[in-house]
This record gives sequence, structure tokens and C-alpha cells, in this order.
Amino acid sequence: MTDQVADTKPAPIRSRHDPRYEVTMYRYVGVEGAHTLDFYRSHGGYAAARKAVTEMTPAQVIDEVKASGLRGRGGAGFPTGVKWSFMGPPDGKARYLVCNADESEPGSFKDRYILEDDPHQLIEGMIIAAYAMRVTYGFLYIRGEYYHGYERAVAAVKEARAAGLLGTGLFGTDFSFDITVHAGAGAYICGEETALMNSLEGLRANPRLKPPFPAAAGMYGRPTTINNVTSLTSAVHIINKGAAWFASMGTDDSKGTKLYQISGPVKRTGVYEMPMGATFRELIYDFAGGPTMEPKAFIPGGSSTPMFPWEDRFLDMAMDYGTLAKNSSMLGTGGVIVIPREKCIVNALYNLVRFYSHESCGKCTPCREGVGHWLPRIYQKLVSGQANPGDVDLLESVAGNIRGTAFCPLADACIMPVQASLKWFRDEYEYLAEHGKSKYPKADWWQA
Amino acid sequence: MTEPARASKFFDDKQEKVAEILSRYPAEGRRSALMPLLWEVQRAERYVSEERMREIAEIVGTTATEVKGVMSFYSTFHEQPVGKFHVQVCSTLSCALAGADELYDFLVEELGIVNGETSADGRFSLQKVECVGSCGTAPVVQVNDTYYERVGRGRCQFLVDSLREDRQPPAWRERGGDTVGIDKPGPLAETAKGRADRGEG
Repeated sequence: MTDQVADTKPAPIRSRHDPRYEVTMYRYVGVEGAHTLDFYRSHGGYAAARKAVTEMTPAQVIDEVKASGLRGRGGAGFPTGVKWSFMGPPDGKARYLVCNADESEPGSFKDRYILEDDPHQLIEGMIIAAYAMRVTYGFLYIRGEYYHGYERAVAAVKEARAAGLLGTGLFGTDFSFDITVHAGAGAYICGEETALMNSLEGLRANPRLKPPFPAAAGMYGRPTTINNVTSLTSAVHIINKGAAWFASMGTDDSKGTKLYQISGPVKRTGVYEMPMGATFRELIYDFAGGPTMEPKAFIPGGSSTPMFPWEDRFLDMAMDYGTLAKNSSMLGTGGVIVIPREKCIVNALYNLVRFYSHESCGKCTPCREGVGHWLPRIYQKLVSGQANPGDVDLLESVAGNIRGTAFCPLADACIMPVQASLKWFRDEYEYLAEHGKSKYPKADWWQA
Repeated sequence: MTEPARASKFFDDKQEKVAEILSRYPAEGRRSALMPLLWEVQRAERYVSEERMREIAEIVGTTATEVKGVMSFYSTFHEQPVGKFHVQVCSTLSCALAGADELYDFLVEELGIVNGETSADGRFSLQKVECVGSCGTAPVVQVNDTYYERVGRGRCQFLVDSLREDRQPPAWRERGGDTVGIDKPGPLAETAKGRADRGEG
């Protein structure tokens, strides 16, 4: 029974918060034992990979994913099927698939749960992607801190290999594919795909110049495609249920479901699978139970996406790529952070600026000096009460001069939230600069 | 605590492991083994000495300077030994909103060390780290490789006391959010054993 797939079809699982919504990618997270091959196969696992490899041509798989409207779930939102089609025909030499599980954007934690609780779903997604692009070698790059997820992924790959689901001649065909699990070591920049490839090659994780794009010259100079964890797990359900099913959910430019994450002072923090285009209000109030402290702002999709003040017009926005872009922000990873009124915005931004300063790789001057040194120093001056009123203008000017000048997106990821905070909460900056103390000095946030 | 034997080579008696690590990568990617080899050394010795960097350089075919260059890029590799319990406190926004700053201050008081230090007896070291992906279950403390999530005051005291007695509790894993599945026994965190492991009776 090397690659036997159980034919039990589980009934659709509905969200307990809203029965209209079907839970697919996230259905087994938190279930004891769900990380094992036995569990996964007895719940219909690897049926999609078998279907793709035995019943479809690689071109059909790509067309199906294109037709589904799936866009990259790592943050940039590039159409996944189109990305896969960039790989070109095989030339008999090595080509690579890399799964980017270097989840490091503050506010994001969806991939960790998939790795820890449902790693076979990810392996199945990788098999489908590899088959579509005729790739035989896959890397799963997991951030170093996710050691538990790493162990689970290594064990799952081993199980899959032993069961003939990875290796040579999969599902009785001549298609071969295997996966190497690789642990990172704590560097946010590795989420950037070219930096990730350098890291995988055993180099310092500085980003590479594009072009050439990875599909032309990636890992070891060979064609490579890098996909986020949940882009790959989405593909499993697209193959299982069809592109039409996936495309029936969501909005005009954003299809299917997405794992939204919510943190900060709300009743039920965590990950919620919702269709694209659900609103922030639904996520925050209906699913997460509403704020537990009076809120004043929210970050829509991970720390690098520009924040919004707590107003109806923003809470009622659809969580999709187009709506957020129209409102000068981004969907990003879908990691919502609620900021309470009592939290000093300058302090909150200092926290984030310090993060980006720590993670700046040092390759280019605007980021190394601007994000690495100038910004945190201006913030330090502000929060320690030693700033002058002119320093807010200085901050604005420095931020404006860094924006758009750096080698990779990391610097802008820091600048955009800074500029958004100045746009909406400039009064808090001015107050701090003028009075030497914060309008919101609350310092004890720790609960019993 | 036993000091690692400086003179002997770390990988001498681990040739099988080295071969296994090298076999994970294609022939043109020998250098990809660099980080896995660094992890091997660090998990065993709690840091990577210059001797070990030279050994790794030899295996992957580069110089010790290159190895150090790579190693120093990443924040989870240590050039000095860390404590038996390396206590890492996430300090990024979601954790800060859940009290990570106060939690850190508490640990400074309890352990008598600050960020980057190791206690004189080598038992504890303390490090402020950036987002470790536990924002929904903040604040989080990572001890060596194990996550402790939703660490309130009481649980933090329990954790420190346990480590002092050399009893490192199993991970405190929580999920939250949409974790209802089929015939599910309930969220992992709510089992009686989970509560006992956190000192909540």
C-alpha cells in the first residue's frame, strides 16, 4: 500500500463563527495527531497530488491555478499560475522549487501553524507545484526559530518518502520529486526571495539584483520558483475542488480564501480562514469577538502595511488586494494588529522601526544608514522626551528621502508605516516633541 | 557543566551525519550545508567557536572567514556560549501590546542579567529577540528551541522556578482563532495536562 489514498471524503467544515464560510486550509490545525501521514491520508490527503500527477498534464495544472485567480499569499499578491508559467520548458538540467516558510513579518503566524499541525498539506502543495513546473528538486526553507515546525516538516517528508509520495516514480508515473527541509537562523530579510536563495546557498542573506528573475537564474544559477506556504496549500484545494469553486469566493481581483491573522487587544486572537473580501469589521468583531480595550488604529496586513485609524469607513473595507491598494495600503500577509487608544503611537512605531533597524541587511546605503541608524535615533530622541518640535519635520523629511531609494523592499516596509502614522496621528508626535512626554504614557501592559 | 574538548575535532566521530547533511543538497550546492553544520555545532555546544568555524569551512570548501561572515549575519548563531537555558523574549509590537517590556524587566530582576548576558553559573542567558511568529498568543518566551506562549505574570514565575530546578516544562502551545475541526477534542491548550504543565492546577 505504498501510495494508497483513502477514499473517505470528509464533509465540508464550516467556520464556527460564520456557517457561510468553509474552512479548507486551516481545517486540521489544532487537531491532535493531524501532522501524521495516517491522519492526513485517512482524511482524503494526497488525493489532489494524485489527481494532478496521474490525470492532468503540467499545462493543465497551471491553467487550473491560473483560472482559479490564486494570487501569492506571501504579501505581494502576484498571480501564482502566471508565476509558474515563467519557468520555461525543461532543458534536462536541474531546476528548483522553493517554499518560503521564513515567516517573519510581525503580526503574521499562519505558516507556523500549518508547518506544526498540517505539514503534509504543504508537501502535497509542493508536489502539485513541482509537477506543474516539471521540477524534481524542492527546498522547504523554514525560519530557524520554528524548530518545532522544522521537526514536524522533516518527519513528514520522511513519512511521505517512505510511503512513496516523494522520491522517484510518484503515483506510478515517471514523475520524480523530493524535498530538502532547510532551517534558517533568524533574519527577516530572508523573506525576500533573492535573499532567501542566497541564504539557502550558504551565503549572507543579501538580496540579489533583479533581473535576472529567479525563473531565469535562481538557486545555483538555475531556474527557480519561490512560493509562500499558503499559496501552495491553496493549490491543493484548487486541484481537489476545481478552479471554479475557488474563483466563486472572493472579489473581482482577489479569489478564494485566505488565512487572516489577528493580534493585539481583541477577545479571540488567532488565525481565521475567510473568503477574500470579507471586511475588517467581520474579522475583528464577528470572528475575533471585538476589542478588549478602546481601539484607535489597526494595521491591516503585517507590520509593514500602512495603518488606518479606527473609523467606520476603514473597518468596512474589504480585505482584498485591490481595496487596500486603493486606500494607500496593502493586504500583505493579512496579519491585522489592533492598537488600543492607550498605546502611544510614537512608541508603537519606535518598536517597529527598531525591528526594521535590526533586520536591515546593510547592503545599500539608504537602508543601512537611514533605517539602520537615523530613524531609530530620531525615535529614541522622541520617546525619551528629548526632542524639539522641529524633529517631527526632520523625521518626515528623512522618511521621505529613504522611500523608494533602497535596493530591496525592506526600507519601504519600514517607511510606509512611519508615514502612515504621521498622516493619522501627527498630533501625538507633536505633543511628545513639545511636552517631552507622551499623551498616552500607559506602561504596564502585562496581564496576570 | 562540561567544557567542550577544544583539541578534538567536533565532526571527527560524526562523519555519517556530515555525509547525510551534504546529501541533502545537489552536487553544485555543497556550500548549502554551511548553515545546517552551524546548527549541529550550536545545538551541541551552545555556541560556535572559531575552531569549529574552521572545521566547517574545510567541509564545505571555503575559508573560516567566510563561515564567520555568514554566521554573523544571522541573529540565532552565537559566538559566545549561551546559558543552559537561553531565554529569549520577543519584544516586537504584538508582544509589547501584551506586556513583553514588563516581562523582560521581570526576567532581568529574577535572573540578575540583562539582554545579551549569561549568568555566572552558566544556567541562564537572556536575549531580547524580534518577532518569532506568536503574535496571536503573545507574549511569548522561547527557551532554547521551545516556545512558551501567553506568558502572563504567574506563568512566567512558574517557568523561571521550573528552570531553576532544572525542570524545563514541555511547550505551552496555543492556537486560538478558527481551530474547530472535525471530532476535535478541543484546543491543545485546554487539556488538563496542558494546564498542569503551566502550573495552573
